[in-house]
Amino acid sequence: MIERSYETYFRQNRLPHLWCPGCGNGIAMKAIVQAIEKKGWSQDNTVIVSGIGCSSRASGYMDFDTLHTAHGRAIPFATGVKMANPNLNVVVITGDGDCTAIGGNHFIHGCRRNIDLTVILFNNNIYGMTGGQASPMTPLGKKATTAPYGSIDRPFDACKLAEAAGATYVARSTAFHVQHLVKMISDGMDNKGFSFIEALVQCPTAYGRRNKIGEPAKMMAWMRDNAVMKNAWDKLTDDKKIGEKFPIGLFYKAEEETYNESYKHVRELANH
Amino acid sequence: MSASLMQGNEAVAEGALAAGVRFFGGYPITPSTEIAETMAKLLPKVGGTFIQMEDEIASMGVILGASLAGKKVLTASSGPGISLKQELIGYAAEAEIPAVIVNVQRVGPSTGQPTAPSQGDVMQARWGTHGDHSIIALSPWSVRESFNLTVKAVNLAEKYRTPVILLMDEIVGHLRENVELPTAEELEIFPRRTPKKSRAEGYQPYEPDEDLVPNVANFGEGYRIHVTGLIHDETGFPVGSPKVTENLIRRIHEKISLADDIIEVEEILMDDAEFAVVAFGGTARTAYEAVKACREKGLKVGFLRLVTIFPFADKIIYELAGKVKGIVMAELNFGQLVGEVRRAANGQCPVKLCAKYDMTIFEPEEIIASIEELINEVNGI
Amino acid sequence: MRRQLRLSGSGGQGVITAAIILAEAAVSEGKNAVQSQSYGPEARGGASKSEVIIDDEKIFHPHVKAPDFVLAMTQKAADKYYTDLSSDGVLILDDDLVPNAPEFKNTIRVPITKLAVEKVGRALFSNIVALGVIAKVTGLVNFDAIKRAVAHRVPPQTIAQNMMALQIGYDAVA
Repeated sequence: MIERSYETYFRQNRLPHLWCPGCGNGIAMKAIVQAIEKKGWSQDNTVIVSGIGCSSRASGYMDFDTLHTAHGRAIPFATGVKMANPNLNVVVITGDGDCTAIGGNHFIHGCRRNIDLTVILFNNNIYGMTGGQASPMTPLGKKATTAPYGSIDRPFDACKLAEAAGATYVARSTAFHVQHLVKMISDGMDNKGFSFIEALVQCPTAYGRRNKIGEPAKMMAWMRDNAVMKNAWDKLTDDKKIGEKFPIGLFYKAEEETYNESYKHVRELANH
Repeated sequence: MSASLMQGNEAVAEGALAAGVRFFGGYPITPSTEIAETMAKLLPKVGGTFIQMEDEIASMGVILGASLAGKKVLTASSGPGISLKQELIGYAAEAEIPAVIVNVQRVGPSTGQPTAPSQGDVMQARWGTHGDHSIIALSPWSVRESFNLTVKAVNLAEKYRTPVILLMDEIVGHLRENVELPTAEELEIFPRRTPKKSRAEGYQPYEPDEDLVPNVANFGEGYRIHVTGLIHDETGFPVGSPKVTENLIRRIHEKISLADDIIEVEEILMDDAEFAVVAFGGTARTAYEAVKACREKGLKVGFLRLVTIFPFADKIIYELAGKVKGIVMAELNFGQLVGEVRRAANGQCPVKLCAKYDMTIFEPEEIIASIEELINEVNGI
Repeated sequence: MRRQLRLSGSGGQGVITAAIILAEAAVSEGKNAVQSQSYGPEARGGASKSEVIIDDEKIFHPHVKAPDFVLAMTQKAADKYYTDLSSDGVLILDDDLVPNAPEFKNTIRVPITKLAVEKVGRALFSNIVALGVIAKVTGLVNFDAIKRAVAHRVPPQTIAQNMMALQIGYDAVA
C-alpha cells in the first residue's frame, strides 16, 4: 500500500470523479498531491483554490480546505487567502479558458505581484465542461464547436505570458511525463513567489475526437513524440523546431521578494 | 472625544476599522476612492492588509478569499465598479461569505456623471446579481451614521454570513461635517462565528444553526471544508437535487427575512401626522428640512427615514399607510424604491413620487411642493 | 445663526482646502459645520468651488443657496458664482485675477495672489491669504481657532509661511 500513500490526500467519499474516461485531469491532480506529499505539506495547512471548468472540479476531490470559486477568479480569491493568512500553502488549479481568457487579467497581475501561490494550469486546449468551444490556447487550425472551420485566433503561450508578467517560476510538463510533472510542480512549490506550471492534458471527448487525434493513448503518444526537454530544445536550430514540437521543463526561475514580504515593509513604514 | 470635521467616506473607513475589518481590496473609482485611500493608510498600522487589485471583480474575489481565511473584510466602489462586483456578490450570497460592499452612488447608467450624486442603484442593491438571493442594504444620512452603519454592516455580515451593501450616495460620501465618534467600549462588535462541533463529532460546514446561519470554519483550522458557488448541501459539496436546491435557496432568504434585528427606520414628527414623507440617504437631509418647513406652515406632515433599505420595511410601511392620508416618496432617481413603498402600502393611501435625476440634489422647496400637491389631491382641491 | 459661504476659483488654487480649514475651525469652537464641494451642475469643468455652512443649530440640507459670502479667485468663478449672493451678502475678489468685477454693492477687492507671491514667496499660499481675508470680513470664527486649524492641516515644515500668509490676508482688509 505504500506506493498508494497519496490516496490519503483525496476525499474518498467524493470519488469517482466526473471526468470522462481517458481524461488527463486525473493525472495532473494526482501529480499535485504527490508533489504536496513530497513537500510534506499538512492537509490542514494547505488550501486548494480553483476556478470553473473541468480542471477546477479537482478541488472537490482533494482533502484540504478547498475553494471552488467563480469562472476565472481563482487567483484573486487565492491572493486573498494568502494575504489574510500567509502561513497557509496556497495552490491554484485552473484551466486554459479559466486562466487565460476570463481570468487573463487576474493571471498577469498575480504574476506581477509575485504573490506566493503555486498555479497549475491544466491545458486541454478546449472548453471541456461546456462541450468543446475554442479557448485562447486552442492551436491554430484546430476545430472547436465555436471554430467549426478551425481556429483562426492565435493561441497564447501561457508560459511566456507568465514570465513576461513577472512570475518567478515558470515550467511546463504533460500528462505523459508524470514523474517530470510531479517534479515541475514540487519545484514550483519550493519557490517563494508566483509559480506557474502548465500541465498539458488530453481531452479525448471535446478536443481529440473533433480533431481526429484519436483515443487517449494516441493523444498521450503525441505528447511523448512532440515534447522536447528544455535543454535539448535550446540546442535545436530553428529549422528543427518544426511541426507540433514544443518544449517542456523549467523555463524561468528568479529570486524576488514575495508580495507578502513586501507588504511587511508597508506595515513597518506605516508604524514608523 | 471632542467633535471633529470628518468626511462621510472617511467615516466609513473609521467605522470599518472599529468593527474589526482587517482586509480591504479595492479599485479606484469616483466618488468612493477616499475610502480606499483611507484604508490604504490606516490598515497597515493595525496589522491589517490593503490591496489595490487589477479590477473590481478581483477586488471582490480577494476580499472573499480573505474572509474565508478568517478576516473581516470590506470593499468600496461606485457606478460601473458596482456593476462589475455583482458576479461575486452573488458568490458571497451563495457560499455564505461575510463581506461588506460599500456603494457610493453616482449618476448612471454607465459612466454617467461620475462626480454627481444619485440614488439610482437602490434596486440594483437588491437584485443586482443574478439568481434568487437575499441581501442586506443600509443607507446612512450623515457622516456620523456612515460610521455607525458601517459597524452595523460588518456585524450583520458576520452574524448572517451574507454580503451587506452599505448604500452611500455622493451627498453623504463627500460631505464633511462635525462628528463625535464613539469609543471602542461603546460599540458592540459581532465576532466571527465558529464551529460548534469537531470533525470527529460530525461537523458539517453548511449545517444551519438555530438562526438558520451555518457556522462555517475558517481555512487553516483543520476542518478541511469545501466552498463552492454551486448549489450545495450541508456538507458544502455540490448536489444536483431539487430538494437540496429548494432548501438552500429558502434558507439563504429566510435567515434574513425572519431575523428581527436588521430593519431600522427613524420616525420624526409622526405622532399626529396626516401625511408622511419617506426618504433615505442624503436625500433624507433635504426631506427632513421640507417636513420641518411644512410644520411651520401648520401642515401635519411627518417623516419616516429608511435606514435599512433591504430587507424592505414592509410591515412598517404598511402600518404607516394605514395611519396617514398619503405618502410622498422622495428619491434621487427616476422612481425606484417608490415601487417597494407602494407594494407595502398595499393601496391603503396614495403614494406620490417626488423624483429628481438631473445630477443636482433636491432643494427643500421641491419636496414641499410635492407634499402640497399630494395634500391638495387627497383633499380634492 | 446660519451663515453660508462659497469659496471659488480654479482647480489647484486650494479653495477646497481653505473651506475645509474654515469648517474645521468652526467645529473646534463647538459650532456645527458642513463642507461640500460638488453639488450642482456647475461642479464640472475647470472651475472649483466649495461651500461651507456654519450654524449653532444642526444642519441637514447641505446645499448653499443665497450665500452670505462668496470668494472668487478667478474671473470665471466670479462671473459664475456671485449671481445668487444674498442681497446684503459680501463678494470677495482677487483683485488681479478678477479684472472685471461684477456689479455688486458689497464688494471687497484684495490682491490675494499677488500678496502670496510678493510677501510669502509663492502663489501656493494664496488660499491661506484668502482664508485670512475671510476670517476678518466674516468674523464668523475666532481668528485663533483658524490659526490652529491651519497649523493642524498644512505640512509641518510650512506652518510658519502659512501663518504669515494668514496674517497678511487678515491685515489686508480694514
